[in-house]
Amino acid sequence: MRRSRAETDANHLKLSRRAALLGGAQLLFMGALAARMRHLQVDQADQFRLLAEENRINIRLIPPKRGEIFDRNGVQLAQNVPSYRIVMVREDAGDVREVMTRLAVLIDLSPEQMENGIAELERSAPFLPVTIAEDVSWDAVSAVSVNAPALPGVSPEVGSTRVYPRGSDFAHVVGRVGRVSQKDLDALEDPDAVLRIPRFQIGKINVEAREEALLRGVAGTKQVEVNATGRVMRELSRREGQSGADLQLTLDAKLQNYVQARLMGESAAVVMIDCEKGDIIANSSAPSYDPNLFIGGISSRDYDPLLVDKYRPLVNKTVQGAYPPGSTFKMMTAMAAIEAGIIGPDETVYCPGHLEVGGRRFHCWKRSGHGWVDLETSLKRSCDVYYYDLALKVGIEKISAMSNRFGLGIRHDLALSSVNSGLTPTKEWKLRNRAEQWVIGDTVNASIGQGFMLASPMQLAVMTARLATGREVTPRLIKSVNGIEQPIKGNARLDMNENNLRKMRKSMYAVVNDRRGTAYRSRIIADGMRMAGKTGTSQVRSVVVNNSEVPWEQRDHALFVGYAPYDNPRYAVSVLIEHGGGGSTAAAPVARDVMLQALYEGEPPLEAYPTADRGRIETLQRELRDVQPEAQVKKGKDQA
Amino acid sequence: MSYLEYTVKSVPTGLRKILYLNWPLVLLLIAVASFGFLMLYSVAGGGYSPWAEPQMKRFGVGLVLMIAVALVPIWMWRNLAGLGYAISVLLLFGVEFFGAVGMGAQRWIDLGFIRLQPSELTKITLVMFLAAYYDWLPAKKTSHPLWVLLPVVIILVPTALVLTQPDLGTAILLLAAGGGLMFLAGVHWAYFATVIAGGVGLVTTVFQSRGTPWQMLQDYQFRRIDTFLDPSTDPLGAGYHITQSKIALGSGGWTGRGFMQGTQSRLNFLPEKHTDFIFTTLAEEFGFIGGMSLLLLYSLIIVFCVISAVLNKDRFSSLLILGIAFNFFLFFAVNMSMVMGLAPVVGVPLPLVSYGGSAMLVLMIAFGLVQSAHVHRPR
Repeated sequence: MRRSRAETDANHLKLSRRAALLGGAQLLFMGALAARMRHLQVDQADQFRLLAEENRINIRLIPPKRGEIFDRNGVQLAQNVPSYRIVMVREDAGDVREVMTRLAVLIDLSPEQMENGIAELERSAPFLPVTIAEDVSWDAVSAVSVNAPALPGVSPEVGSTRVYPRGSDFAHVVGRVGRVSQKDLDALEDPDAVLRIPRFQIGKINVEAREEALLRGVAGTKQVEVNATGRVMRELSRREGQSGADLQLTLDAKLQNYVQARLMGESAAVVMIDCEKGDIIANSSAPSYDPNLFIGGISSRDYDPLLVDKYRPLVNKTVQGAYPPGSTFKMMTAMAAIEAGIIGPDETVYCPGHLEVGGRRFHCWKRSGHGWVDLETSLKRSCDVYYYDLALKVGIEKISAMSNRFGLGIRHDLALSSVNSGLTPTKEWKLRNRAEQWVIGDTVNASIGQGFMLASPMQLAVMTARLATGREVTPRLIKSVNGIEQPIKGNARLDMNENNLRKMRKSMYAVVNDRRGTAYRSRIIADGMRMAGKTGTSQVRSVVVNNSEVPWEQRDHALFVGYAPYDNPRYAVSVLIEHGGGGSTAAAPVARDVMLQALYEGEPPLEAYPTADRGRIETLQRELRDVQPEAQVKKGKDQA
Repeated sequence: MSYLEYTVKSVPTGLRKILYLNWPLVLLLIAVASFGFLMLYSVAGGGYSPWAEPQMKRFGVGLVLMIAVALVPIWMWRNLAGLGYAISVLLLFGVEFFGAVGMGAQRWIDLGFIRLQPSELTKITLVMFLAAYYDWLPAKKTSHPLWVLLPVVIILVPTALVLTQPDLGTAILLLAAGGGLMFLAGVHWAYFATVIAGGVGLVTTVFQSRGTPWQMLQDYQFRRIDTFLDPSTDPLGAGYHITQSKIALGSGGWTGRGFMQGTQSRLNFLPEKHTDFIFTTLAEEFGFIGGMSLLLLYSLIIVFCVISAVLNKDRFSSLLILGIAFNFFLFFAVNMSMVMGLAPVVGVPLPLVSYGGSAMLVLMIAFGLVQSAHVHRPR
């Protein structure tokens, strides 16, 4: 479409008029800006010049003291100790290289540290202090102070750093702190100004990270007078901040130490919880690592072995690991069936050694079959066919729903990193996540804790505690904050038939204490401390293997869940030995040792063990008696 | 409809186009950027790193980019305007869903080689698209309600997306730039009067909403407004920026404290001294004279743009040049008002002077369009 010349010209005239209007308005606004500038810079210059002089009074943040962490008996798990560093100011040093060489004579400086220091000094503003050496000993600090005249611009500074005296014992619970990274800052909507203080440490994982808000505290401020170069001349006033809250965990450092030692050499996890309050008494994942190595940056020499280790020391297996629960899941299948009224606890099922389902043959672990079995016999001897049969009758939905009520498939809210929710599969879940229809074989596999079924050792311990008490025991990790006891989260009745629960407990008792039970060899014989439980062996591969003949990665996981005393439950325990072989041979003995250690609050007497085991146990006790955690707590820092 | 109505014969071709660039404008841009280099050198305590050197490199890239854009005929750009706008809106949606969170706001998409801020890109593409729209629309329909509603939607879509990032500063700039273009295109003044009256009403409502569950602004935005109205309420927190900025600026006096002698910026009293508050450092070190010099350079850029636009008979070109100039004006006007305590701290950089890659490149591309319009004007 063409427009007439006249029309175009008219439009352009109109546009030019508006352009002149808008342009004029812009110039007018610029005039206003100029006037404002003149007002500030000329009319009020003297006043602002005065204020600028007063601005020599600078306000600095005082980092708050981080809250410390203790175990249930007051044993210190995370503490703050003073740390010293050597800083240099370019302006005052003059010849940086010369001063640096002199400094290297006095304190241990690597050529790398010297080069980095010089590079950073040249990069930053001349009046800003640059850290040359960190975490230096008190000796180095005194050497620098004594030789101050020869070291212009060099001065020691004191800070605070985190130390974990219990080292590797608590890496998977307490976690660790580290420098604030850009990633940490980006993740926050409105970062606390204190995070921008150089070398400020924040929690990176586990309790240190999850309870950061409590532990950090609030920064204080101090008014300092600075000279024209920015050097602090004196402190004028100070407003104290608020220290972070001290946390007391529910864990028992002594027991935790024993469990870590007991698991030495294995890739394993143990959780023990108090049946009454849900307190987590021990939460051990082996192997562990020394969190002290990470503070202030870990060297690749220390870090690389941790990364490549096939036992995965950096993973907290108690909550991050999700494993097929194997036969320890059978209680759930049975509870679902019994509560639904599909079978009575005393009714029997015939086990011929296998079950045909949909043209597929599912074997019992015992190929010759168990014959007629009821709940107690089937659990005691870990018959598989009984549970296949129950599961086919009750269906996967009810089994999953029942296990949810016992805390499986549910993410327990704990102050630990990456808590896994495990998995209690349903038909809908499979359709949504695998885009496949649920088949009957899936139900059969799930009934004995295989297939899609996954649970963490923490969930299994919770399940056992709930079975033992009939209450909705909820795990608790933080016992008190600044001495204020934290509430127990849930302890309501599970609303299940008490008779059924009693039958279940009796069956679990038989697993450990009946001569034909799978965990009979790991029974406790001390009166009033009898243990009930269930072994589990979960397959890593779908074929049955002979564990002594295949490589470690392909062996079965060994599991055991149990509680004691049988008639008055105090503690529930779950043990998982990755690729440990059979639950009865690898996991149950660990559970017994840990349980007795907890019940006796220390080393149990040999009389608690069956006579045949006492010799072996005595040797073991002697070996474990003085195993100390791995903790590189540097000396020299604690003298202040 | 525009270009085809003129003879294209007299338009220079090939690299000869470079001779026909608006050279005074190029020199002005270089002069303004040089102020930036000088200040970035100063705030680094007298060093090319970490700011001055990358800034110079980026400006070099920006100049090359500007000339490259200028060599492409303006009618090609006009034809791409719709596509450019569509891409910007898509990218803004992209940031909403895949954007990284930086400084508490989702603002950029990481494309691997460059961190793209779609909101920056939108500043040009919105102006381009509106200019193309009014070029296409017969002038007598300009004030018809239906044809007014359409550009309003065109402006509000990206503005709303930017606002949810949340980036209040850019949202306001987009709104103002779009409104400015509509004004230039000749939309009846009564519409603007209505909108301004409505705006006043809205502001009142927004403040009424404070503290209620349907609060319309983020808390941090309310706090910024509070401290704008009365910085003394929180001298160490939110009001700190403005108070310190005014002190530094005012203490500069007539001639300033001298290059690299500004104590306020050097002693770290000033926040963001290399980005949003760089003008403060300039005013502290070079005083009223230094500040006025920069303001003069800025006003000359605007004047040259307006002249170029008025002399250009092509409607799209005129609108585009004026729109970009107005956008540029909004940038420095808002930034300067902010550091002088006349406007809340909204996080708008000082164009061509503040440290920052994305903003500078986008501005240079915009001036490339201005140059293209100038080179290819109907003669």
